[in-house]
Amino acid sequence: MTDIGLPHYLAVAAILFTIGVFGIFVNRKNIIVILMSIELILLAVNINLVSFSVYLGNVVGQIFAMFVLTVAAAEAAVGLAILVTFFRNRGDIAVDDASMMKG
Amino acid sequence: MTFSADLALAHPQLILAIGALVLLVWGAFTPKATAIIGAAGVLVLLAAAAAAATGPLGRGFAGGLIADDASAFAQVAIYVASAFAIPLGQRWFERRGVHNFEFPVLILLAALGMGMMAAAGDLISLYVGVELHSLALYVLAAMHRDNAKASEAGLKYFVLGALSSGLLLYGASLVYGFAGSTVFSDIAVAVKGGAHTGVLFGLVFLMCGLGFKVSAAPFHMWTPDVYEGAPTPVVAFFAAAPKLAAMVLFARLLAEGFGGAIAQWQQVLIALGLMSIAVGAFAGLAQKNLKRLWAYSSIANVGYAILGLAAGNAEGVQSMLTFMVLYMVDVTGFFACLAALSRQGKSMETIEDMAGLFKEQPGIALAMTAFSLSALGLPPFSGFWAKVFVFKAALGAGFGIAATLGLVGSVVAAFYYLRLIKVMWFDGSVGGTDKPPLEAKSIGLALALFSFPLVLIGLIWLYPAAGRAAHAFGLA
Repeated sequence: MTDIGLPHYLAVAAILFTIGVFGIFVNRKNIIVILMSIELILLAVNINLVSFSVYLGNVVGQIFAMFVLTVAAAEAAVGLAILVTFFRNRGDIAVDDASMMKG
Repeated sequence: MTFSADLALAHPQLILAIGALVLLVWGAFTPKATAIIGAAGVLVLLAAAAAAATGPLGRGFAGGLIADDASAFAQVAIYVASAFAIPLGQRWFERRGVHNFEFPVLILLAALGMGMMAAAGDLISLYVGVELHSLALYVLAAMHRDNAKASEAGLKYFVLGALSSGLLLYGASLVYGFAGSTVFSDIAVAVKGGAHTGVLFGLVFLMCGLGFKVSAAPFHMWTPDVYEGAPTPVVAFFAAAPKLAAMVLFARLLAEGFGGAIAQWQQVLIALGLMSIAVGAFAGLAQKNLKRLWAYSSIANVGYAILGLAAGNAEGVQSMLTFMVLYMVDVTGFFACLAALSRQGKSMETIEDMAGLFKEQPGIALAMTAFSLSALGLPPFSGFWAKVFVFKAALGAGFGIAATLGLVGSVVAAFYYLRLIKVMWFDGSVGGTDKPPLEAKSIGLALALFSFPLVLIGLIWLYPAAGRAAHAFGLA
């Protein structure tokens, strides 16, 4: 039985980050899912920051994680507000509809 | 350093932050006073520019905030460019029946974020600055709420911008973990004499994130859609100042934080720069919408700026800063002209709409010709001098092949600029253009006068100022 160390945390964060990025590119249905993927990316970064912070014995990483959490909340608020104006104009939030402009 | 000395370094940012909050509260109580709030916003921006130009120099907040010649230079350019956006955009929205006092407040917040980016000395202040300006820009892009295209542009900008912030942040976390600090100068110590693979991995993510923000290929896909959908005066704003802020941040991060890994990032920058030039030149050929066309033009122009930065010395950074400032004048002026034009109340946005413009609006047609020739890089317009400095720096650093390819790209791009000029001057006019609004027309004409002949006088001051700024980064 091995101890859980820094590499394990980094691996989890890397997997979450990859899922988040793929969630944005592969998902072709719903914009809410894209917002969830963005949150996943930011939380993966937070896992990274906090585990590095503990490993290095340096508190800056945890302070950074606090900033990321705060900004993520603001980002979600702005994103949902834009989504509401989009919905009012279109009556739908399917990804395929966001294609007035091409080329 | 004492806390009050730290605060003195942050005066420009503090003026903007307090100004934005006061104007927001003022607007909430007197929502009708949009004109006064707009004028107050311009004054706040000019005060911040003056504070940046005359303030004390140094490093504060444990290295998180840097006030040096580079941040002063960039902040003055950013705040002045933002001040142009307020009258331009506010009147444009009012003519379309959108009365909002939030526009100047959002411009102030975006300018504050850009000021933080220009003065960031730490990965945390880098991230906060980038996010503050991005969040304000997402809202500005979707500001025309009843317009379906604008809200689609805002949504696309938001999704891809948030993805790029995620990449940037993942890179920042890796750099923090493997270099052991978030302060650029401490990262530089860790990177000195060969960087750890983890740090390089993080650096690549950081460069991808910043590449999105400056819309360098292959991270450019949001640019044409957002430029086409967003309101024209808003495009005039976010095609100019945010690009400069992101390029200054790029330069500071690479020069101060990763000076020891110069061989690694030079290769990445050359690839980014040449790809941007190629995408901008070739994809622009197929465009019919002028806003999309200038989106590709801005991708190509950012490519030249990156090529200058890739030289990796003080001359390269100097050429990059000069290039970006001169390009800001061209792009703001062009979109101001576009915002001034309408035919029977409808915006004129395609190349066909411009047919015979010279017979109807000779002043604006002349200004747009000047901006196109300048963006093409024809002497004696400002864009020519900008490109001369960049190519000189690239050749001086031994990038002969890259400079040649860049030159080929600008010859290809010449086609679409010249086609626009041909359509404006020699095609038959349809007639029926409206009288251009005073503020957009005068901003367009004044900036056209700068792009030639005032640039010849302006460069006497601008080029040495960019040189002093470049030496602040500590490159050879």
